[in-house]
Amino acid sequence: MNEMEMRKVQLLADKTRLDVLRMLKHIGYGHVGGSLSIVEVLAVLYGKQMRYDPKNPNWSERDMFVLSKGHSGPGLYSVLANSGFFDREELLTLNAGGTNLPSHPDRLKVVGVDMTTGSLGQGISAAAGMATGLAMRKKDQYVYAIVGDGELNEGQVWEAFQYIAHHALHNLIVFIDANKKQLDGTTDEVIKQFDIAKKMEAFGFYTQTVKGSDIEAIDQAIEKAKAYEGKALCIVLDGIKGAGVPYFETLKANHSVKFTNDEINQATDDAIAKLEAKIGGAN
Amino acid sequence: MFTLDRENKKPRRDLRMAVVETLIDVMNTNPNVVALEADLGDASGFNKIKAAHPERFINVGIAEANMVGVAAGLSLIDYVPFIHSFGPFASRRVFDQLFLSGGYADTTINVYGSDPGFNAGPNGGTHTTFEDVALIKMIPNSIICDAADDVQMEWIVRELAKLKGVHYIRGNRKAVRNVYAQGSTFNLGKGNVVKEGSDVLLITAGQILSDALDAAELLQEQGISVEVIDMFTIKPFDTDLVLEKVKNKKVIVTFENHSIYGGIGSTVAEILAENTVNVPLYRMGVDERFGQVGSQEYLQKEFNLTASDVIDTIKRALSL
Repeated sequence: MNEMEMRKVQLLADKTRLDVLRMLKHIGYGHVGGSLSIVEVLAVLYGKQMRYDPKNPNWSERDMFVLSKGHSGPGLYSVLANSGFFDREELLTLNAGGTNLPSHPDRLKVVGVDMTTGSLGQGISAAAGMATGLAMRKKDQYVYAIVGDGELNEGQVWEAFQYIAHHALHNLIVFIDANKKQLDGTTDEVIKQFDIAKKMEAFGFYTQTVKGSDIEAIDQAIEKAKAYEGKALCIVLDGIKGAGVPYFETLKANHSVKFTNDEINQATDDAIAKLEAKIGGAN
Repeated sequence: MFTLDRENKKPRRDLRMAVVETLIDVMNTNPNVVALEADLGDASGFNKIKAAHPERFINVGIAEANMVGVAAGLSLIDYVPFIHSFGPFASRRVFDQLFLSGGYADTTINVYGSDPGFNAGPNGGTHTTFEDVALIKMIPNSIICDAADDVQMEWIVRELAKLKGVHYIRGNRKAVRNVYAQGSTFNLGKGNVVKEGSDVLLITAGQILSDALDAAELLQEQGISVEVIDMFTIKPFDTDLVLEKVKNKKVIVTFENHSIYGGIGSTVAEILAENTVNVPLYRMGVDERFGQVGSQEYLQKEFNLTASDVIDTIKRALSL
């Protein structure tokens, strides 16, 4: 990644994080932790790696994206808005009656969303089907999918993984957002994951692990995955739930947050102010 | 237009072969049709599709939930997937997948749920579904068909291959008795009046249409006139036909290889109540029971779904 690309992706990440905080604070609640932990990977995908045309969202040559951990819809909507799919103003309508932005991605409503997700485990199967279909049509597009580490509790995820690995789907890159927390606590407390990367390797994936907040490393891992032949492709994002906002990183229950007390509101306002200052006139 | 072919007692072919041969033929001309199996390719005959069109056949292994998701994904690349599993695994086990990745996401998934109801036979209770119609019916805009014989099955497969959405096809894997003559055509969403009559309205679907006609013919000899409707499209249901044909009938009987809840019987009860039709309704089907093991013939008797059960019910209904 050259310096200009890096600056572009970093700016997209900052704007995406800023808009996640703004929209959730605006509506007073929401899935902040898991939205923040995927900001960098989303920025790398939409800021550099993916081929798309926001003015022609159904372009038949586009790369496709599936947010299998659908509850992080606010993160996806922020990157889509900041990539030109729809106005950033629309983000503030999240979850309002009649909105085009429901909490969980809906391909019939959200411009730029390729598959409806929210019932955990299902998105990755659909992504596998999309990749299969593109390969059958001998198209050169990629499908990118993000699975949550909590989502790995779902059996269907492993059904999909064995399918993807069996077919060595080379046009699907599976990201696992290993932010180590789920709704009821840490993944260790709820259902131990042991070594996710080793599990993926054992399932037959070429697996890389990178820091979830490291834009350069994520980009390099994608390039390496694309160059790898003969196996299914997985990138484990070793991250932090609530990433990029120190208050949310340390907040114990940060899966879904209510913006109802002064401490949370102050911390959020501080984070928003910092990001606004960092972005400068471009925010 | 349809004509009957009840005189030909030799079944023409297995219903599964009607599905498989039709799909192979449809795939010959439509490059978008794909077939998916969950490790039952020998049981369903889908392995013949693999032989004919290996590039458009996918065996996902014993993973029905993933099969539905993969089908949904293929549909987003403009493919038209047909998937198979035994009825309970193609409906009950994957209900949320069909509901969300199928219906809610507005993808196209054609499901052949084989061996419905007592057709599970020796596979027994775990492999039995008396509730597949009730479940799939709850998916908005879904279409449900139950094939009476191979001619109708072939027509259903060809017709649904042209349409978008979640479609569920019930049907025995084995051969069933012939009802319709080769070349018969049907109308999706329209019931077929296969026998006219004046005393009783008998509404059914699937292979037990043959038993319904047996019963109606025997009763005719005893002076009881039974009108028989093949409601092969269980959803959308032909409400208008029911309201038209119930006029001047003494009783109405529904007869289904399914629970009396959530299938044909329930739907007819709703139609009668909502339209203030004052005709007694008798619902034949399964009531608060799980599947059992045995031959299909044994189970058809066990669940009181034979022609003689229909005769008994109608006579009781008419207080004869």
